[in-house]
Amino acid sequence: MAGSIEERIALGREGIATAAELAQPLAGRLHEWIITVDHKRLGLMYIGGGLFYFMVAGLQASTIRLQLAVPNAGIVSPQVFNRLLTLHGTAMVFLVGMPILIGFFNYLVPLMIGARDLAFPRLNSFGYWLWFFGALLLYFSYIGGGGLQGMGSAPAVGWFAYAPLTETPFSRGNSTDYWILSIFLTSVGSTATAINLITTAFTMRCPGMTLNKMPVLVWLAVVDAGLMLVALPPLSAAQVMLLLDRYMGAHFFDTQAGGSALLWQHFFWIFGHPEVYVLVIPAFAFASEIIPVFSRKVIFGYEVMVAASCAIGFISLGVWAHHMFSVGMTPAGNAFFVTSTMLVGIPTGIKIFNWLATMWGGRIRLRVPMLFSIAFLFQFLISGLTGIMLAVAPFDWQLTDTYFVVAHFHYVLIGAILFMIFAAVYYWFPKATGKMLDERLGQFHFWLFFFGFHMTFDTLHLAGLAGMPRRIYTYQPGRGFEELNLIASIGVILQGLGVITLVYNVIRSLAAGKSAGRDPWDAWTLEWSTTSPPPEYNFPEVPTVHSRRPLWDLKHPADPDWRYE
Amino acid sequence: MNLARTLRMGYTVSGNSRSSRKSIGIWRRRLIELFLSLGYAALVAVPAGGEDWGMGAANRQIARGAVFSPVSAPAGEIATLSWFILAVTAAIFLIVFGLLLYSVVRFRARATDEPREPAQLYGSNQIEFAWTAIPLLIVFVLVLTTIRTIYDVQGAMEPPGAIHVRVIGHQWWWEFRYPDLGIVTANELHVPLSDPAHPTPTWLQLESADVAHSFWVPRLAGKTDLIPNKINTMWVAPHQAGIYLGQCAEFCGTQHAMMLIRVVVEPRPAFDQWVAAQRQPAVSQSVEAHGRQVFESNACVSCHSVRGTRGHGTYGPDLTHLMSRQTLGSGAALNTPEHLKIWVGDPGRMKPGVLMPAMNLSKNDLDDLVAWMVTLK
Amino acid sequence: MSSAGEFRIGAITHGIDAPPPIADPWVLPSRGRAGMIALIITDSTFFLIFVAAYVFYIGKSLTPPYPREVLSYPILNTICLLSSSLTIVVAARALHQGAIRRFAVWWFFTLALGVEFLIGTGREWHRLIYQAGLTLRTNLFGTTYYSLVGLHALHVTIGASAIALVMGLTWSGAVTQKHAERIEVLSWYWHFVDAVWVVVFVTVYVISTR
Repeated sequence: MAGSIEERIALGREGIATAAELAQPLAGRLHEWIITVDHKRLGLMYIGGGLFYFMVAGLQASTIRLQLAVPNAGIVSPQVFNRLLTLHGTAMVFLVGMPILIGFFNYLVPLMIGARDLAFPRLNSFGYWLWFFGALLLYFSYIGGGGLQGMGSAPAVGWFAYAPLTETPFSRGNSTDYWILSIFLTSVGSTATAINLITTAFTMRCPGMTLNKMPVLVWLAVVDAGLMLVALPPLSAAQVMLLLDRYMGAHFFDTQAGGSALLWQHFFWIFGHPEVYVLVIPAFAFASEIIPVFSRKVIFGYEVMVAASCAIGFISLGVWAHHMFSVGMTPAGNAFFVTSTMLVGIPTGIKIFNWLATMWGGRIRLRVPMLFSIAFLFQFLISGLTGIMLAVAPFDWQLTDTYFVVAHFHYVLIGAILFMIFAAVYYWFPKATGKMLDERLGQFHFWLFFFGFHMTFDTLHLAGLAGMPRRIYTYQPGRGFEELNLIASIGVILQGLGVITLVYNVIRSLAAGKSAGRDPWDAWTLEWSTTSPPPEYNFPEVPTVHSRRPLWDLKHPADPDWRYE
Repeated sequence: MNLARTLRMGYTVSGNSRSSRKSIGIWRRRLIELFLSLGYAALVAVPAGGEDWGMGAANRQIARGAVFSPVSAPAGEIATLSWFILAVTAAIFLIVFGLLLYSVVRFRARATDEPREPAQLYGSNQIEFAWTAIPLLIVFVLVLTTIRTIYDVQGAMEPPGAIHVRVIGHQWWWEFRYPDLGIVTANELHVPLSDPAHPTPTWLQLESADVAHSFWVPRLAGKTDLIPNKINTMWVAPHQAGIYLGQCAEFCGTQHAMMLIRVVVEPRPAFDQWVAAQRQPAVSQSVEAHGRQVFESNACVSCHSVRGTRGHGTYGPDLTHLMSRQTLGSGAALNTPEHLKIWVGDPGRMKPGVLMPAMNLSKNDLDDLVAWMVTLK
Repeated sequence: MSSAGEFRIGAITHGIDAPPPIADPWVLPSRGRAGMIALIITDSTFFLIFVAAYVFYIGKSLTPPYPREVLSYPILNTICLLSSSLTIVVAARALHQGAIRRFAVWWFFTLALGVEFLIGTGREWHRLIYQAGLTLRTNLFGTTYYSLVGLHALHVTIGASAIALVMGLTWSGAVTQKHAERIEVLSWYWHFVDAVWVVVFVTVYVISTR
């Protein structure tokens, strides 16, 4: 890093490393990060950790796609394949999605409400380290899953671990126990963060920021945290029950003793469906901040956006059994969940329309964050529509547990969520580091990833329609799956190249990127009023706000927002 | 993007390292070359997969088609509803995507724009109401049509003369019992044609002996799960004869991928003939007596039944009419004597992880055993 | 860079020249209270799943013993636990008024009543295990009963430990009037544990013994 200590301080780098810290040896600086309770550092640690597991689980997915590129490929055995798919799914949800999105909220929420930190900084750190060790536990299962008879390894029960496949007779060794314990730990950590986020938003807003004037991102953080509070415990409870079954002879899911395999499914999906909203709501949050700034217009329909987000949160608690249309529920039961699932699509659609209306009549700057956001709108629209198809129970009787569903949820997880994570990275990286990411490399990243993503997941919809179920380690020739799988596997290469481009961009920009300044995008929320990166205390003075876009008011004193809200 | 110009840029860059745009150009060209060569390699050089034990050829004789090629009443109802849903969602997509594309093109920031912010639109209650009400109406229609199909399929009454089959799912094979007809078979389901005017559907009762499975033959019906400690019911009424492929659609362990289903739909007389043949005990000639002895004196009888012998095991598939089936190992291999020998010798070669152990028979015993098994027609 | 005079859809023009007034002093809910409410919400959901499992399996055990045969109303335990909610309210109010002595006395009653509940539960379990032959692995009733009641007892234990800690701090003189809000937040947790007991009592001892 160039420049004298005084220059670096003047550039506002205290948030990353104060002058005194930079003079310390590496061990000292590492220690500062380990004991930190600063929400910004913890946020970056969450994001960094999540990106690490993204690489690992991404390699696992690449191996899966390599194995499925041709029939009977023989690259991995069925046992290894089943472990790959289990860990890929489990890791992507709990070790990639959750930490990265929680990390962004961790970083942004206090800055956006003019606060100094989250409500409970030590609880924040506690939650992070629970996640950290829980994550290690999951992959440690490769070594430790052997159990007394050496029969286990990593878990191979699928990420939703249906009973009774997970009961002792069908899951030997300790592999399933590692799945249970690691996820239990990470979930407790996430719950702690949820308590923290809700408390912060309700009790630490700066003067003038009524609930009605919080940025949409903060509202969505509240909804997200609220969902976590009620959706994570069902999974933890079910996991405790499974552990009791496996070790203390309980019979929660023991079908031989009259127990019900369906009970696990209900409990899991009571968690599992809200969980996917927990994962997608941050994408909505990022879009609600990025699209207005790059369209140069206020977000259209703030109140409706907030109300729709709350509606999505509530309704999403009542749709879970659309994952269970084929288990033999009564027609009335199926009909209920068809209805509730379609209903949750309405506020979701309203949000898409509001984002479109935000762009309409604007002056759209097609910088990299906006490229990813436009792709998000396109892909989220498609995944919403395939979701409607899956909500139609009879259609679902054909589509569920096939590659159509795999394609649908990867459209949401990658096409919507990961694309918005990329957008958020390009958008807020300057704030967190004081450096801009390279625009050209960003465009490379975007187009490589976009084409690769569509190559893979558009075709996988067709594979499902052709009769290919999910979680199969191979398929036979002559079924009509070969061509589709080969194309899908090639798409992975492009996506991988895109991610490598991003990693290179990040490393290069950290070292020699263009200086960002406080407000490189000409944005309107509070985080852009402080230095890049922010000092540890965030704001030298507690700000006072009068509208939803405090910086717009400052930049347009003759025409402030508070006249129109 | 002008490929020719990019290629030219690539050639002229060697002496000129200043412009980052030109050096990006050479990288762009190299990336395209890499992509094309990888694609070519994948399509041409990669071998077309490993050993398929004759199943590739067998599968290719069966007509392609799945969800949208229904040949049975439930699948047909589902397909009709699905086309309607596709049409509605396609229309929604075209409208919304059209608006997105238009707005990106029309409202793009241009260098010729005046240097001020555009008009700030805060919201509009009328517009919000409109795009809430219209989707609600669409959802209303979709829900009603969906519920109708749910009741048509799930609420169908069983007519007299329906065929009954008990389907019992095991880790990684299918047991089919016809209680009214007194036969037991495995992995290959025979059902009679059903005339839509006078339907003779086949009603399946789904049970599981171990973990959750799912019975899915897309051209015949939607999938229904086999859950231990729960009995599910489904029905098929195929109106076109032929062989239809399906497989287990609920992850059930190591060999979930090879728990395949073959459904043979045949006209009633042919079906009745098949039933009569299945009812017979195993035919045994003295020439193969040693093979039968091997069967009865080894652990085979603990798991397998062959009616007419001392084998009454129920843990594995019933082998009384093994040779009447087209495949071995629930679709893992074509049913030929050579494959049968490999299977009995070491089933894990064809279906790694399968619960049947390698029997470690001597070559003599194995040969004789297989010679006897091929008489189990 | 003004956009004044541009057409706005749906904007309410206040026509004012000063921003809307800000509440002064700017007071928001306390962090402790908000955090405890969030914790109670999440813990309730956790309990709800165990209650759901209990209710789902009512009448489904394949073998005895059944609830009606072996359960008897835990009257004393219930009276003690519910009264401890009253005593903790009195104690919290005393501390709020600065009466440390009175606070210590009522706080001690709360602790004693909570401990009695735990002892009573332990005795009941002893009877169920050794005389009625009901354990976690006996049947579905045993599985769901011990897990639900045990989860509640675990929460009582945690609460009682926190109360005991405060008791020790009070005896050593460290607790003063300015800690009143923290004590109130802790008492909310205790009320939550009591409310859960009401649900467990009704579900297990009243409904499932019919």
